[in-house]
Amino acid sequence: MHNIQCDVAIIGGGPAGLAAAVSAKKQGAQKVLIIERDTALGGILQQCIHPGFGLTYYNEELTGPEYYGRFIKQAESLGIESLLDTMVLEVQPTGKIICVNSKYGITYVDAKSVVLAMGCRERTRANIQIPGTRPAGIYTAGAAQRLINRQNEMVGREIVILGSGDIGMIMARRLTLEGAHVVAVVEIMNYLAGLTRNRVQCLDDYDIPLLLSHTVTRIVGNERVEGVYVAQVDENKRPIGETEEFYPCDTLLLSVGLIPENELSRATDIEISAVTNGPVVNQFMQTSNPAVFACGNVVHVNDLVDNVTLESEIAGREAARYAMGSFPQVKRRISLETGNNVRYLCPHLLDIADMDEQITLYFRVLAPEHNVTITAKSGDAVLYKKKAVKVNPGEMEHVTFKTGEIPASSDCVRVDVTKEV
Amino acid sequence: MQEKKIICTVCPIGCTIAVKGEGGKILSIEGHTCKRGEEYSANEFLHPVRILTSTVRLKGSDMPLMPVRSNKPLPRESLFDCMEEIKKTEAKVPVRCMDVIIKDILGTGIDIVATGNAE
Repeated sequence: MHNIQCDVAIIGGGPAGLAAAVSAKKQGAQKVLIIERDTALGGILQQCIHPGFGLTYYNEELTGPEYYGRFIKQAESLGIESLLDTMVLEVQPTGKIICVNSKYGITYVDAKSVVLAMGCRERTRANIQIPGTRPAGIYTAGAAQRLINRQNEMVGREIVILGSGDIGMIMARRLTLEGAHVVAVVEIMNYLAGLTRNRVQCLDDYDIPLLLSHTVTRIVGNERVEGVYVAQVDENKRPIGETEEFYPCDTLLLSVGLIPENELSRATDIEISAVTNGPVVNQFMQTSNPAVFACGNVVHVNDLVDNVTLESEIAGREAARYAMGSFPQVKRRISLETGNNVRYLCPHLLDIADMDEQITLYFRVLAPEHNVTITAKSGDAVLYKKKAVKVNPGEMEHVTFKTGEIPASSDCVRVDVTKEV
Repeated sequence: MQEKKIICTVCPIGCTIAVKGEGGKILSIEGHTCKRGEEYSANEFLHPVRILTSTVRLKGSDMPLMPVRSNKPLPRESLFDCMEEIKKTEAKVPVRCMDVIIKDILGTGIDIVATGNAE
């Protein structure tokens, strides 16, 4: 049996895990170990060859490989270790990790603190239950992206994309540049799921039709996809029969949402949020198990990797402090309440220590809205107030305040997005 | 006279800006809410440019492909012609991030550079 001792063990070597590792090491943790199931670090960014990363974190526009390349460089120079091609089987509540790889077989990693950074995975056809046959030619957008950008395999020639998430739109452009014809991007909601800049640069640039309030009602084809039926939907998202139309195609890509990958977290018996499907964390990115921290898309699906980096730096720093015995003493707990047009708040709660901390709460709205006021209130105190011209579920919003501003008499902070009248 | 509706991508507000112009000259810009949006829509109207990203075949590595991009934004109308050049190109290990893979693509003065590393 192979045994490894370390201060901070990080599960997942994507952008979240890399940022957490660098931050933990900088905070002073002696031995920081990344455990990654792929044969290389970088996670999903390895296949995200398009630009648009780093605009807020680095103030310049990078591609995915350039973005994670910078973190790998730092990790190497700081002496962060990694265990690649290694699958974590279990995280025990004590912080002991059981993993397996072909070199050492079953391996025990004994860590003083653990950071969960497993990211998320795509929703599939089964998740949204599209009727019809089961031919070849149905891919999630990310799987198609991996095939084209890393494995040099083309997925099809005539493409319909269901869902206007960012990966779907980015694949629409990529497939067009590679010589395929994208028939349409079909979106069930009456607004875009992804970022506006992707609509402009990935769809409008190539005259790819975007069908809002439409969905795929049936897949046709025996060996290979021969086409899909597309129909308009009513306000309850039910297809309207008489609008159904046949779109011949050989490939259907699905960009219909992401699910945090929390099989390990559930088995570790930490509390999971029913809204974000990720661990419940405080502002230190600490889960309900004090030795276990979590960051990135395993906690909540982020819009930009820049935001993943910021919260992962907190997770790494605090996991290092926990490992070194310098974690702050918590005095009281503040609950966070989602008010009007707020789907969730991350972190999910605040554990207040004896210091005036700067807090940033990230959230997504439930529905798009114009001319709103975003507020954070605690008792009678207004902690944050800002006007926004536009909010959209596709783009994350945030509020900031200092813990010292929360009245002693209050044990709750509430965030609202209200339309100005 | 030509009229184009441009969705601004400078910030998340995404204003729809109507630009009118003729023969490479702008006559009017309407619908913007800031200076940066005005500039963006004028550039989009006159000469839209984009960073092009793709992959080239890679020899001598387990990875079959090396990701690449243009080191500066390319004229939007040249993207498909550039893709034809990229398709013909092969890189050989070792490749370092920012190594030039195609110099001065199609005489634009812009290089196609590697964005990954391969030993």
